[in-house]
Amino acid sequence: MSNEAEDVLRIRTPIGVDYAWSAGRRSSAYLNGLLEGRLIGKRCPSCTRVYFPPRNGNCPMCGVLLVDDDVEVGPNGTVTTFCVVNVPFLGQKITPPYVAATILLDGADIGMQHLLQEVDAADVRMGMRVEPVWAPREDWGPTMENITHFRPSGEPDVDFTDYAGQL
Amino acid sequence: MGAVRCAVVGVGQTHHTSCRADVSIAGLVREAADRALADAGMTMDDIDAVVIGKAPDMLEGVMMPELWLAEALAAAGKPVFRVHTAGSVGGSTAIVAAQHVMSGVHKRVLAVAFEKQSDGNAMWALSVPVPFSMPVHAGAGGYFAPHVRAYIRRSEAPGYIGAMVAVKDRTNACANPYAHLHEPDWTLEAAMESPMLWDPIRFVETCPSSDGAAALVIAAEDVADALPGPKAWIRATSMRSEPTMFAGRNQVSPQAGKDCSAELWRKAGITDPLREVDVAEIYVPFSWFEPMWLENLGFAERNEGWRLVEDGVTDLRGGSLPINPSGGVLSSNPIGASGMIRFGEAAMQVMGNAGDHQVDGARTAVGHAYGGGSQFFAMWVVGAEKP
Repeated sequence: MSNEAEDVLRIRTPIGVDYAWSAGRRSSAYLNGLLEGRLIGKRCPSCTRVYFPPRNGNCPMCGVLLVDDDVEVGPNGTVTTFCVVNVPFLGQKITPPYVAATILLDGADIGMQHLLQEVDAADVRMGMRVEPVWAPREDWGPTMENITHFRPSGEPDVDFTDYAGQL
Repeated sequence: MGAVRCAVVGVGQTHHTSCRADVSIAGLVREAADRALADAGMTMDDIDAVVIGKAPDMLEGVMMPELWLAEALAAAGKPVFRVHTAGSVGGSTAIVAAQHVMSGVHKRVLAVAFEKQSDGNAMWALSVPVPFSMPVHAGAGGYFAPHVRAYIRRSEAPGYIGAMVAVKDRTNACANPYAHLHEPDWTLEAAMESPMLWDPIRFVETCPSSDGAAALVIAAEDVADALPGPKAWIRATSMRSEPTMFAGRNQVSPQAGKDCSAELWRKAGITDPLREVDVAEIYVPFSWFEPMWLENLGFAERNEGWRLVEDGVTDLRGGSLPINPSGGVLSSNPIGASGMIRFGEAAMQVMGNAGDHQVDGARTAVGHAYGGGSQFFAMWVVGAEKP
């Protein structure tokens, strides 16, 4: 038998699986829009807010189905808040340091997270106006990664009171 | 018929640390359970039902570990329940266990919660790319850092408040033998030099990754009265949730948390929490969440929570409302157990069992936990006197 120093206390056991994701009709419209370079949101018939992405099909608060009609949002938006990711970790898709920004696209009523580049992290501000930078069209798929990142658009900053309700 | 009065009669926890390679998950949980039973003067035979909580299964890669743990907890033949509410689960599990007693269904219920972070990789598990969004997510820190920035901006809090909380909690942990981190030498100056992990959150302002478990024994009034030891009477419990993402959501101070605390104070008959509560253990995995939750819980007005930190109100020695005398989540974070540790530490305070981090004369204590994207809340008030 093995002596104490050689006792097996732990073994490594990797697991993994690829899943299919059934998007549902409203999220499918969003994914199909990305294939065409369009940003498709959906409106709640009750509170009239526009969801981008229309992730649940339903309005999370009103509990009713979002209207089927497409609402095109963006392409520009406002940075409501952000963080600078300096920490590396297993499975990370983007090399740190990078700015993960919450961006409220024009015409949408909820922010979404995306990468902010072509600006020094120290110069990123809440309220900064940004525009998308698209990958070459031949690389597009049904994914938000068609937009490689956002960058400052040069428009004047938005006043804090105008987006404070988004925080 | 009203609810059956009940009390925490036993509290147990492991020595939280970065890697317990010497025990399985089952061994870890059993260790905490045995300590809680010993504290209550009971054995597993006395227990009617077991409630198990942990954070998402993907953190260790063991699906439905409660099936395995039921055996390790000698629970064969007894009702066993699993609770899922992400990081708040330790608190929710304690409340579900209490509700089994309040309902009159069971007399003695064991609640256990755990996380063995070293068996998996929580940062990976919490950053798995989702199909509809850009993969910029970077664990819990990456999720919460933008909301911390929003809090700092809207409250105009000085930038050193997060570091003050970190130094306080790390110092408090030195008086708690079960805490993961024992780092007595932190100063505010050193904390301010700590590197930014997820700017504006510094390394020192971040919880560690811990292996650990916690357990509580909750008993009905007649059982509790017959036991010789101190009790923590459960005066009120409350749970709430809200969607992670919705338009116009207040992500700094979620409505579900406000509603949860308002119900908690109403049920406990507390009208002035800052004056009436002696000590609180609240879920602060990133130091800025102390002032944020002080406001969400109603201990402070909107944008004023940081002033309680700056004025020393939340200090263990000399503060009128010590927050996290145990060192908190900031000093030990076995995620699924962290909420139950808060609830158990609150009980220990009113039982007079908190040792070197005991708040003198603590009669009324709060345990608080939150989870997910600040979307699950669990809270209780425990007292030294029968309600």
